[in-house]
Amino acid sequence: MSQRIVIAGASMGGLRAAERLRAGGFTGEIVAIGDETHLPYNRPPLSKEALASEVVHEAVAFRLRPAVADVTWRLGVPIAAADLAARVVRLADGTELACDGLVVATGMRPRRLPTPGPAAGRHVVRTLEDAAALRAELRPGPRVLVIGAGFIGCEVAATARLLGCPVTVVAPEAVPMLRPLGADLGAALRRRHEAEGVRFLLGRTVGRFLGEDHRTGVPADGDAPAATEAGRVSGAELSDGTVVEADVVVEAVGSTSNTEWLDGNGLDLSDGVLCDNALRVEGRSCLVAVGDVARFPNPRYDGVARRVEHWSIPTDTAKRAAVSLLADLGHAAHDPAPFAPLPTFWSDQYGLRIQSFGAPALGADDIRVLEGDLDGEVVVGYHDGGALVGVVMIGLPAAVSRYRAELMRAPVTV
Amino acid sequence: MKIIVDMDVCKDHGQCVFSAPEVFQISDSGRLVYESEADESLRDAVEEAADVCPLQAITVEG
Repeated sequence: MSQRIVIAGASMGGLRAAERLRAGGFTGEIVAIGDETHLPYNRPPLSKEALASEVVHEAVAFRLRPAVADVTWRLGVPIAAADLAARVVRLADGTELACDGLVVATGMRPRRLPTPGPAAGRHVVRTLEDAAALRAELRPGPRVLVIGAGFIGCEVAATARLLGCPVTVVAPEAVPMLRPLGADLGAALRRRHEAEGVRFLLGRTVGRFLGEDHRTGVPADGDAPAATEAGRVSGAELSDGTVVEADVVVEAVGSTSNTEWLDGNGLDLSDGVLCDNALRVEGRSCLVAVGDVARFPNPRYDGVARRVEHWSIPTDTAKRAAVSLLADLGHAAHDPAPFAPLPTFWSDQYGLRIQSFGAPALGADDIRVLEGDLDGEVVVGYHDGGALVGVVMIGLPAAVSRYRAELMRAPVTV
Repeated sequence: MKIIVDMDVCKDHGQCVFSAPEVFQISDSGRLVYESEADESLRDAVEEAADVCPLQAITVEG
């Protein structure tokens, strides 16, 4: 009898999993379930060039290879629950789907601040609709308050400046992009942002959002958010009492794993989905996870299971997870090689191309400028026990191969 | 197989180079250079290069 694989999630990881299952010779049914109404699209541009121009699906859609033309896409329907023992998933519309294999690719959603105050004018950037709603407000003039100084926050700040908005960034850390880049490079990028006119108010959090309740015309009271939800945000009062006036607020404060649908199956869902090195969820047969929701050990580093929210990870994990799933379903041999991807991501801010290879955060205690200078084109190396474990480059494209090869050189042992 | 890179979109990240070095290279001046035709034996590598392009600037035809 023909087998069915359900892919829970219809973004990059889900698409890559479908492609790799077909490439691995799986001819059974593949059903991909997505809560968004769109076919898979590329998310990183939504805080960068797509946000600066036109936010439409055609501009960011992934091409669909002929090999995945017969995948059934169930879009606009969240997955509600799964009974892993019975191998059945249930969709929010009540549909139940039996499956022989299941790919967890449900990804992340933005964390929202619990901060009291009006809701209108507060944005996140994850989906096409999020970006379109934000784009509609980023005309020259409106004051933009970005909360969070990670990559997405800094990219949105750069894009909003490009579009002519005054921008303030508020974050608890002392330096933007501190955790992924370290203090010196983060400080150098702060100088570039400041030269472009961005104001940073760091070492602070938002105490409450300010606003005017449009229904009653009375100032919003931060202690009574229920009464002010219809009002529009007009700024924020920070933890140190500073008041920042703003017409548009962007919350870029991290993300939460979409795993609630897996509750009740006895899985460790404390931080994404815990996987073994072959992407099997807790070693279970016919159940794999891909993308940023998958927490897996990478023997290239310390073997500690981690989720990795990097560009390259959906593709790499899908490739390996497909082999594991096809082996469990009897279509392929088990692959004994360790899975040791080199995580890679990039950021664009003011035309600066920032590329990261490896695991800079694991080498945060020994950071060296390897080439160039921090305020120009630069290569920064991150070391653990003297060994290079991560590289971040600004510019210098001709040097990428060399440093990447250096990072790949260390033998991987399990 | 025919390969087209939208050079208005390409930002010379060089990810394609690692997937299909026979087809894509970064020049000494840091710009992407590539072969516009590739042998069928390189299809998997070229498809992977198109997949991993951060800007999704690579089109494979035929």
